[in-house]
Amino acid sequence: MADTAKATRRQQQSGRPAPDPDAHPDLDAPPGTGSAAGPPPPARRSAVRSLLRLWPFVRPVRARLFTAAFVAVLASCIGLVVPLVLKWLVDGPIADRDPGGAWLGGGYLLLLGLAEAGLFGLRRWLVARPLARVEATMRDSLYRHVQRLPVAFHDRWASGQLLSRGTTDLQLLRLFLAFPLTFLIVNATTILVGCVILLAQQWSLGLVLLTPIVPLIVLCSVFEAKYAVAARRAQDQVGDVTTVVEESVLGIRIIKGFGRHRSQARAFRELTARLRTTELRKARLLAALWACIMALPELALGAALVLGTVQVADGDLSAGTLVAFLSTALALMWPVESIGFLLAMSNDAAAATDRYFDVLDEPVADRDDAREAAEQAPVTGPGATGLAFHGVTFRYPDAPADAPPTLRGVDLHIRPGETMALVGATGSGKTTLTALVPRLHEVTGGRITLDGTDITALPRDELRARVAVAFEEPTLFSATAAENVLMGGEGAGPDDLRRALRVAQADGFVDALPDGPDTEVGEQGLSLSGGQRQRLALARAVVGRPRFLVLDDPLSALDVHTEALVEAALRQVLATTTALVVAHRPSTVLLADRVALLSGGRIAAVGSHHQLLRENAEYAALMSGAADGGGAARHEDGSAARHEEGSVR
Amino acid sequence: MTTSTGTGKATGDGPDGDHAPHPSPPLPADPAAPETSPGASPATSPGTPPDTSPDAFAQDLLPTAKGASRGLLGSLLRPHTRAAWAAAVLLLLQQAAVQAGPLLVAFAIDHAVPALRADDHGPLIAVAAAYLLCASAAGGLQYVFVRLAARISQDVLLDLRGRIFRHGQALSLDFHERYTSGRLISRATTDVEALRELLSEGLQELISITLATVYITATLLYLDWGLGAAAVATAGPLYLLVRSFQRRSQRVYSVKSSAMAAVIVKFAETINGIRPVQAFRREQANDAAFARLNGRHERTNGDAVLEMARYVISSRLVANVAVAALVLWGAYRVASGSLALGVLAAAVLYLRRLYDPIDRLGMFLNSYQSAAASLGKIAGLLAQRPSVPEPTDPLPLPERSGALPGREVTFDGVRFSYRTGGEVLPRFDLTLAAGRTVAVVGSTGAGKSTLAKLLARFYDPSPSAPPHPGPEDLRTGSVRVDGVDLRDLSTADLRRAVVMVTQEAFLFSGTVAENIAIGRPDATREEVEQAARAIGAHDFIAALPDGYDTDVRRRGGRISAGQRQLVAFARALLADPSVLILDEATSSLDIPGERAVQHAMDTVLRGRTAVVIAHRLSTVETADRVLVMSAGRVVEDGTPAELIAGRGRFAELHQAWRESVV
Repeated sequence: MADTAKATRRQQQSGRPAPDPDAHPDLDAPPGTGSAAGPPPPARRSAVRSLLRLWPFVRPVRARLFTAAFVAVLASCIGLVVPLVLKWLVDGPIADRDPGGAWLGGGYLLLLGLAEAGLFGLRRWLVARPLARVEATMRDSLYRHVQRLPVAFHDRWASGQLLSRGTTDLQLLRLFLAFPLTFLIVNATTILVGCVILLAQQWSLGLVLLTPIVPLIVLCSVFEAKYAVAARRAQDQVGDVTTVVEESVLGIRIIKGFGRHRSQARAFRELTARLRTTELRKARLLAALWACIMALPELALGAALVLGTVQVADGDLSAGTLVAFLSTALALMWPVESIGFLLAMSNDAAAATDRYFDVLDEPVADRDDAREAAEQAPVTGPGATGLAFHGVTFRYPDAPADAPPTLRGVDLHIRPGETMALVGATGSGKTTLTALVPRLHEVTGGRITLDGTDITALPRDELRARVAVAFEEPTLFSATAAENVLMGGEGAGPDDLRRALRVAQADGFVDALPDGPDTEVGEQGLSLSGGQRQRLALARAVVGRPRFLVLDDPLSALDVHTEALVEAALRQVLATTTALVVAHRPSTVLLADRVALLSGGRIAAVGSHHQLLRENAEYAALMSGAADGGGAARHEDGSAARHEEGSVR
Repeated sequence: MTTSTGTGKATGDGPDGDHAPHPSPPLPADPAAPETSPGASPATSPGTPPDTSPDAFAQDLLPTAKGASRGLLGSLLRPHTRAAWAAAVLLLLQQAAVQAGPLLVAFAIDHAVPALRADDHGPLIAVAAAYLLCASAAGGLQYVFVRLAARISQDVLLDLRGRIFRHGQALSLDFHERYTSGRLISRATTDVEALRELLSEGLQELISITLATVYITATLLYLDWGLGAAAVATAGPLYLLVRSFQRRSQRVYSVKSSAMAAVIVKFAETINGIRPVQAFRREQANDAAFARLNGRHERTNGDAVLEMARYVISSRLVANVAVAALVLWGAYRVASGSLALGVLAAAVLYLRRLYDPIDRLGMFLNSYQSAAASLGKIAGLLAQRPSVPEPTDPLPLPERSGALPGREVTFDGVRFSYRTGGEVLPRFDLTLAAGRTVAVVGSTGAGKSTLAKLLARFYDPSPSAPPHPGPEDLRTGSVRVDGVDLRDLSTADLRRAVVMVTQEAFLFSGTVAENIAIGRPDATREEVEQAARAIGAHDFIAALPDGYDTDVRRRGGRISAGQRQLVAFARALLADPSVLILDEATSSLDIPGERAVQHAMDTVLRGRTAVVIAHRLSTVETADRVLVMSAGRVVEDGTPAELIAGRGRFAELHQAWRESVV
């Protein structure tokens, strides 16, 4: 049983085996979590209810788990029988000077010892693989689920929060299934059996010995409530410390650029000092509990010893019985002490379960809505083909209630084969609009149709197969350059890869990589520059020859020369594709057949670049930077004039 | 495990990717690689400067001297030597109190009982008093010990966290570019955590195991020489078991940790790239890949538990056989009259306790191994020397010479190459006049960003090196501002002199105002707002839910890439440097935003020396001077007008740009 000793002791002292490295206090308690915050006491029943939710995952291994618990009970009972054998040995053969009997007793002892060792091992062997499987299955489920949760969810949750649920929380749960769950049963049984044995041996001594149980239980529960508060605070503070570490690494250029590393270090020192204070408070609580747990049973044992000695002297009790009795009592010491720890650990496991199901209970972007929507009549008439927005409104789910929606009725029709540039001021919602087409966010109102079909009527996979996207911040995965591009199109072959790389003008640098297209890139691979990543992301978007293409400022990180080359190649792709291209620059706008101006959450104007330059002051201002925009015709504008000015200076 | 919401890929190289890429292996380094192995890795052949091998970075095994992690642990514990001794003594006394129980039982049976029968209550009262004393001492000493031990371990952790953090901040940018952010974060969090577990539980565990064993053995020897000696003899086979377990579990454990690391990497990558994952329907392919990694972890996880099971069975077997044999022998001797009954009773109780800590020892070895691996990695990090150190005797920045706030910049015989080889900038000289705006253009890899980073002192010039050491090549070049070498300036003076704004506009958690105030922490709210107004950021900030007090990481704090760049500019305006470097700092801005920046430079920053790196020629045209770079060299140099009039690359680029704008 000593194996629990370490586990539970560790539990006690650290609160949780591994406080999340990424616990951000503000994000730790997304709306509606039960695990979050505040001073428990979480009612014991609700902890049980939380833990019961683990059943579906535990079910497949239930036979092994119960067998293991049974084995553990057996092993513990053997531990209790040993003193009885000792008593028999002392009172019988030894007192009688009977060598044969002593041999027999030794033999029994040996057999029991072998059985105990075997059963201890058997228990671990029984649960080793099944519980690893439970952990893995739960992690798999979490991963699958997380992948399919809407982007809005991911906007709300820090990645570290999800990660810690998938790692430390699940490890904690496996530990719970392996030890506390089993040993709560085992120890309860052991204590019951032990009490029976004690009372049967000598009821008066037994009663003396059992007196500290009640105060100990009270102490444990008081302690638990206080300790949970401190542990929670420490976890939050660890989260704060982690945040500062993380940001000081990610923002190292800024910190160095402004020479702020001293003030960063000061902030860090304050936070860690605060954490230390909390940890010391935890230690104080723990020390008090431990002191009581050490002293109370010892006192009872001492009382029993004195009483027992008197009884032996009076001849009411045999010396052998006293030895056996005390031996049993010592064997019971640990189970009694450990009950408190096991309960604390179970509470932690319950919290971990809650944290886990917080994520798993989030509804995924459901796949069934397609059927429902399919019953809607397809849109006909004008705007029936191509990509069309009909009165689309959108507000971020986490936006303050009084804030106006980001999009307030967007109407826009992109004809088949047409390229539409989307222009708007910084922060006007261009990127948001592009995220609605592949349903990374769901429209709040209105409809988006592809060739007349409402996008909500399409299964997501099919929708996303039809629409390819290149994001403003190009993300590469840890895979080869070729794989990163090819994941854009199912069934795309080497020829498609070549073509896509050529369109993005990426073939040159990709071939120059150490292993050419087979070079590993991404976080775990070769670092590529912003421009190179952007070109690979563009290649990924065009490799599958999608019907619809959404490009978010696809050329921003390219130098002028490369940009011109990419534009030339991209023009050919765009000639046959229906495309929406977010643009900041005239050069990108010129890829498009028409331009739409997004302003105030609506499409304010649609027309050709030159037409809008002439007719729309806001557009002219955006494209030429002319403050008033009144002299809209000056689009060839300032550049020449400024250059004169510049050369004179 | 980065949770950055702003920077995309924060660990990449400069925005321009101007320098040679650093290859790293497909998988992360094995975080559990035992601390003892770096000695065997090729990266640490003696005599090699510690950080010349890219492999060390690739495998997350920074070279450390042999025993570095033990040395680190020693240096952390040294200030607490006395407290540690006090804790050990406390534990010693506490164990004495705890272990006295069975001894009192023996005394009670062998002495108190006969005495009672002779109506002598003395021995019994002595037993009662002794037991009371022992119980209170066990509890009281435990209380003091736990508190003292917690204080020591928390102080050690505070110290270690601070060291890692300060060291990470002091290390230069080229280190950060190679040591991925995730690793540095895990050094300061999970690796410290491993040490915390060892300190708060492991050491106490080890001390109490050792003490208990010594006590019980001594008591057994005192009770009866024969029984004691026999018990000591069982230590032999147990020692062998522990050793073999240690070896085997170390192996399993390290495999398991790297399997976990692979799971974490995949998990984190998916979450951080959720948009492309969903947009390109990677879910099912990811499911399969993840299940494979997860399955590997599951197997090693099971292996680790089975290894423990094997250890528990074998050690228990040895222990129980020993107990049975000793009891049998003892019984025999009691029967033959050479051993007192009470002594046997006490010995039996002690024997059961003697073998209790074996399992705990197994657990301790696990946590020790994990802490040793972590300490080894931390020691490797701390052994890195900043390649851009602060001066020990800084020189003051000279008074500004003219009326203009700008300062003259000189590159004198500067060359730069990465330590992995690959020269980025061959030796060059360059002087930038005070108060002028210089634009630097050139294609990717031309060396523009490196030039900027040398001026911002993110890097220092490389010493001139073989293969062809000419006499004049032997000295290291210098970058000077108003004649003072950047290496001689204190950090405060350096940042008063030079500030750089980069393409990646990272926002720290906190309010918008706080983010701008990074430029000058003592700035008032008016000054912050003034800077924001000057750069055209005031309107969007005022429109945020809480205006300048909006937390950038909380609800409603969604700030677009262009807006982040404006905040970064406001920071630079507030810092008010003599020399301002803009490295692709306007790439996400729309044209009005870019105009606002230009306007601010013409007004607020008027007279500053400015170095502007931009792909957009609109930004370049307003410069006083243009440098065209190619393959690390300045190939064209002149006013924009001169260069446009010429037939060089700039004229060509300008032509292409003009065509694209129309």
